[in-house]
Parts: sequence; C-alpha cells; structure tokens
Amino acid sequence: MDDKPAIRIRDLHKRFGDLEVLKGVSLTAHPGDVIAIIGGSGSGKSTLLRCINMLEHPTSGQIAIQGEGYRMRPARGGGLEPADRKQVQRIRAQLGMVFQNFNLWPHRTVLENVTEAPIHVLGQPRAQAIDRARQVLARVGLAEKADTHPIHLSGGQQQRAAIARVLAVDPLAMLFDEPTSALDPELVGEVLGVIRDLAREGRTMILVTHEMAFARDVANRVIYLRDGRIEEEGTPEQLFGDPQSPHLKQFIRSVM
Amino acid sequence: MRNILTPMMMPHRLIMAALALAGLTAMALTMQWDWLPANLPRLWDGLLMTLAMLAGSVVVGFALALPLALFQVMGPAPLRWLSLGFCTVIRGTPLLLQLWLFYFGLGALFAQFPEIRDSWAWPYLRQAWPYGFLALTVSFAAYQGEVMRGAFTGVPHGELEAARAVGMSPWLVFRRVWFPRALHRALPTLAGEIILQLKSTPLVATITVTDLYAVITRIRQTTLLTYEPLLLLVAVYLCLSGILILALRWLENRVPTQR
Repeated sequence: MDDKPAIRIRDLHKRFGDLEVLKGVSLTAHPGDVIAIIGGSGSGKSTLLRCINMLEHPTSGQIAIQGEGYRMRPARGGGLEPADRKQVQRIRAQLGMVFQNFNLWPHRTVLENVTEAPIHVLGQPRAQAIDRARQVLARVGLAEKADTHPIHLSGGQQQRAAIARVLAVDPLAMLFDEPTSALDPELVGEVLGVIRDLAREGRTMILVTHEMAFARDVANRVIYLRDGRIEEEGTPEQLFGDPQSPHLKQFIRSVM
Repeated sequence: MRNILTPMMMPHRLIMAALALAGLTAMALTMQWDWLPANLPRLWDGLLMTLAMLAGSVVVGFALALPLALFQVMGPAPLRWLSLGFCTVIRGTPLLLQLWLFYFGLGALFAQFPEIRDSWAWPYLRQAWPYGFLALTVSFAAYQGEVMRGAFTGVPHGELEAARAVGMSPWLVFRRVWFPRALHRALPTLAGEIILQLKSTPLVATITVTDLYAVITRIRQTTLLTYEPLLLLVAVYLCLSGILILALRWLENRVPTQR
C-alpha cells in the first residue's frame, strides 16, 4: 500500500451562516479504499464529499490529495478559500465526481461528454481521447449510445455515462454523491453494478449513499455521520452487524 | 429536406398557397409594374443597405450584449448597475427617438469640433448610416443583454458544477458549457428578436439612410403609385423573414435538448 493516502482530511469544519454542518471530521482514504459515508439527511455527508474537491470551501481544517494539501487563505466574511486556483483545477482534474443528478452536458453527445475533460482540460490528442472514451463507454455498457445526446438516455444510462466521463480521466479517486438517489428503483441496479465492478478493480472511492446493502457489499470501511461528526466508523461487518451507537442502531433499523 | 417538405403538403397549407398564387397573378395582371425594371439597381442597393444594417447591428449588438448580460449576472456592483441602467434606458425609450438623438444630436455635436471635422473619421461621421447603425446596434444590444441575462441564469447549476469538478478554469467553463448552453436556450427568443430587428431597420430611412424602404418611398414619389411599390416591399420583407426563420430553426434543431 502506498504510504501517501489518496485523501486525507483533518479536523474539517464547515459552516453555512449560523449553521455548522461539519464539526471536525477527520478521514483518511488509502489507495484502493472504498469508503461508504452513511447518515441521515442533513448529517453533512454531501458537504463533506464536496469539500474534497473544493466545490465547497471549508471553514477550517486541512484536506490533502495524495499528500498535496490545498493551499488556503482566509476568505472575506470568515472561513477559508483556495489561495491557488490553478492548484484546485489541477487536483480536481484527478478526482472524479459523480453527482446525484448526473449533470451531463445536454448540448454534447455522450461521447463528447466523455472526451471533454481529456481534450480540453488534460490536453490529450483528440484521437487518443476518443479511443479511451469508447473503451470506458463499453466498460459501462454504453458503447452503442456514444453518439446520442443525453436526453435520449434513461436515468440509469445517464448516470453510467456520467461514470464513464469520470473514468475517462483515470482519476486518483472517485467521489460519488448519492449516485442512485435520483433514479427510478428499477434503474438503480445497473448503476450499482457498474460501481461495484469499479470497486472490485481496486479504485479508490468515497461513496455517499442511502443504499445500505450496497455499502455493506462494496465498502471496506463505513463511516456513520451524524450531526456533523463521525459517530461511528469501522468495517461494514462492525457497523451493520454490531453497531455501538444507539443513533446508528436506530438509523440502521429505519433504513434496512 | 423531408421533414421540412412534409408539413408544407398539408391540405390547409396547399389551399393557402393556392390563394397566394392567385393573388400574385391578379396583381401581376391588373396592376402597374412597368417602373420595376428601370429601378432594379436602386432596389438592389436598398436591399443591400437593409441587410447590412440588419447583419451589422445583430452581430455587433450581440457581441455587446454578452458583457451587458454577464455584468448583470456576476459583475461587481458598479458594472452591474451600469449595465442594468443602460438596458433599462434603451429598452424604455422608442428606437426612433434614439435614432434622432444620435443623428441630430451627436451628428450636430461632432460638427462643432474642428478636431473631429479634420480627422480621418469625418468622411464617415458626416454620413447618415453610422448613426443608423449605432442606434440599431445599441438597441439590439440592450434587448439581447436582457435575453442573455435570463439565459445565463437559466443554465442548471449542476452542469456548471460538473464542469468545475473536472478541473475546468472559469474561462473554460464559460466557453465550453455556460455560453453554448445559454445561447441554445436563448435561440428561440433570439430568432424572434432578429425578425423584429429586421422590421426596425426601415426607421433609418427617417435620417436619410437609403435602405430598401427609402428607395421604395422615392419610387412612390416619382411614379405617383401608391400600392405597387408597397406590395413589393411587403413581399421582400416577408421573404427575408421567412429565410431567417428557416435558418434559425435549422440552427435550433441541431442540438436536441429538453429545455
């Protein structure tokens, strides 16, 4: 195992106005880790995930990606903001984020969605990017849909295309923000199947999810977030088989 | 071609086409058109002037509309208020008034300064068309600034976030996602505005720019005919609108989107 953790978060706080959403969260993901973050709504799961690629700016705390800490400076009106935009862009290009609402770009075809970052952010030659895009699209079962526009795809297909878009840059770590929450129940399986395969491949992932059975199945570590703090963490067997915290016990009962 | 032609073959369309054809035939046979051949060169020049006014003001006006829209969406407060003020004043006053203010106001003002009279620009500034062009451009910019402001704010936030999340710089986000998405959303409105702009161009005839409308007016004065030149004018504007509508619709249909 690499001695540099893929993602290291130390004492992260995030405040929206008077509301403190994260109250000191520390977390380390080593290469190959699949970490599932669970918790009720408003527990700060998504905010935590969005701080990792600076879509949200933490109020205090440190975040380092593969040993490289974001350089931050005090922001106007309190909290922190990135001091070096170029650094943020460079780190973001190595992290792949999959959103709840897919967020594909509807004015481009599926293939163009996938080649966008490799060509325009990483500066890869077009032919090479297209080759790679066709590979990852085949990998998520969308080889046939390369030249269609996203609106002609089902929700499950759109989310798989979004996963392909992330895979195209061969990310250091993948961040999933409730990837199946916006899907019709019958489409959840195909997306979870793709994520499961990627997890087995040894990709580093942090997953915010409501799919407990799935978290138990693919994650090697589960974190239960409650009210902005990590209330309990451990292997899936520990958390789901023998939960300690009364809140977690109740949470598991309510969702499973 | 098929999907353009098929709707044109609907029965009601065929009947309307037949009526139009009958009307045209009646006009050609019963009305007086002998002035037409001799005036064709002047009409052609007038048409070119109309098209130049339209194309120039649409292109330059749209280029000005982008900063106007962006300042209102995300500019610092002074620029935001300035853009908002500009759009409000221009949209709140008649184009004819602006045209006359530019031509009779600015034009007269320029003439008072020897520096301007002696400069390279004077041969242009003493003509009428720069003021017509200016007024049309400013007006188009103000209306389109408003349209694009709405289009920019209407692009779903998540699509921009996805662009940032793959490591795009703010400029790249704008160029690759925000602007093309906003433009596509604005296209139907923009198409209508371009047609409206075409129909605003005859106003420049009031400041002696010889566009198509001015040429027709002169023909009416010399031939003492009332209807024939005006009917020709109707036909030309209709054709221009039709061509513009088809071209813009084709552009819209190139990208299928739900919004």
